[in-house]
Amino acid sequence: MGIPTLISTSTASNSSSVDITSGIDSTYDEYMFVFTDIGPATDDASFRFQCSIDSGSNYNVTTTSTFFKAEHNEDDSASELAYESGNDQAQGTSYQDLASGVGNGSDESLAGVLHLFSPASTTYVKHYYSTFSTYNSVNRERAAYVAGYFNNTNDIDAISFKMSSGNFDGVIQMYGIS
Amino acid sequence: MAMDLITTNTSSNAASSDFTSSIDSTYKLYIFKFYDVNPATDSTNFQMEGSTGSFGVTKTTTAFSAYHYESDSGASLGYEAGHDLAQSTSPQPLSGSVGNGADECAAGELYLFNPSSTTYVKHFYSKLNLYGADNHSGNWLIAGYFNTTSAVSAVRFSMSSGNFDGTIKMYGVG
Repeated sequence: MGIPTLISTSTASNSSSVDITSGIDSTYDEYMFVFTDIGPATDDASFRFQCSIDSGSNYNVTTTSTFFKAEHNEDDSASELAYESGNDQAQGTSYQDLASGVGNGSDESLAGVLHLFSPASTTYVKHYYSTFSTYNSVNRERAAYVAGYFNNTNDIDAISFKMSSGNFDGVIQMYGIS
Repeated sequence: MAMDLITTNTSSNAASSDFTSSIDSTYKLYIFKFYDVNPATDSTNFQMEGSTGSFGVTKTTTAFSAYHYESDSGASLGYEAGHDLAQSTSPQPLSGSVGNGADECAAGELYLFNPSSTTYVKHFYSKLNLYGADNHSGNWLIAGYFNTTSAVSAVRFSMSSGNFDGTIKMYGVG
């Protein structure tokens, strides 16, 4: 990993979304988003994102993605590694899930990192991948591994994060990596 | 503030590598990078533990790996039920069986998120590749949380048995 430079910090407090509409350009080839203490208001919701090619007017860029998870219950009753076809997209324009089934208990949260590559490219699709650790709504660890690309040759200049339902707290830091 | 090197621990036949200072609210993310982790005892796991005042914090975790033998005799991807934890205070294995040959070692990184939080559990995940004791490449991915609302203020790395050589660097991001 190159050296990250902090560009912006967004603090969500019972927010419906966090939209970052500046600082995503050709300055860096890679942008890294660090998520800490994302606590949803609604139990069992997914944390998700989408991008914009029109400065945040619309978040609906076509994406194809993969999503797999590893999970393990606190009572040791179950564990698995599995692909999640309900959380991926095939040329979809919906928000892409980064983590699913997040608990809303007072100490329950998720944390992770999303990498977005060359968003300003007007030649190639734009790739991304993420890793998240989640305190799941039924008291288990759920690790989510997501990767994909925005199938568009327009430059991406904004990004949006939200829960599938309800508001959330948390901190999102955007870094440029040189 | 960006990504700052905080501490470098160089281990030489050491039982553990402890980071007992500078894990606090200064950074939202702490990244530990492991280089040339070479155990004294063959076929032992490289492992991690946290402290909220004493080591042995309750954890629930997942573990899976991919491996491939040098002989091409086997390769697979699968969940590793023997390396996860369910509300356990034992150290978390970050790897399977590392070889102790002269050129055999493990390398990787661990991400620890907001360890000073007194509201939420503390999440972490790691990715490590190893030279296996039986001559394979093993890619290990671990994720989980310290199930405590107390601040995690120290991290320890060790082998499941015996001492080790290696370098571990702790960075702060945020």
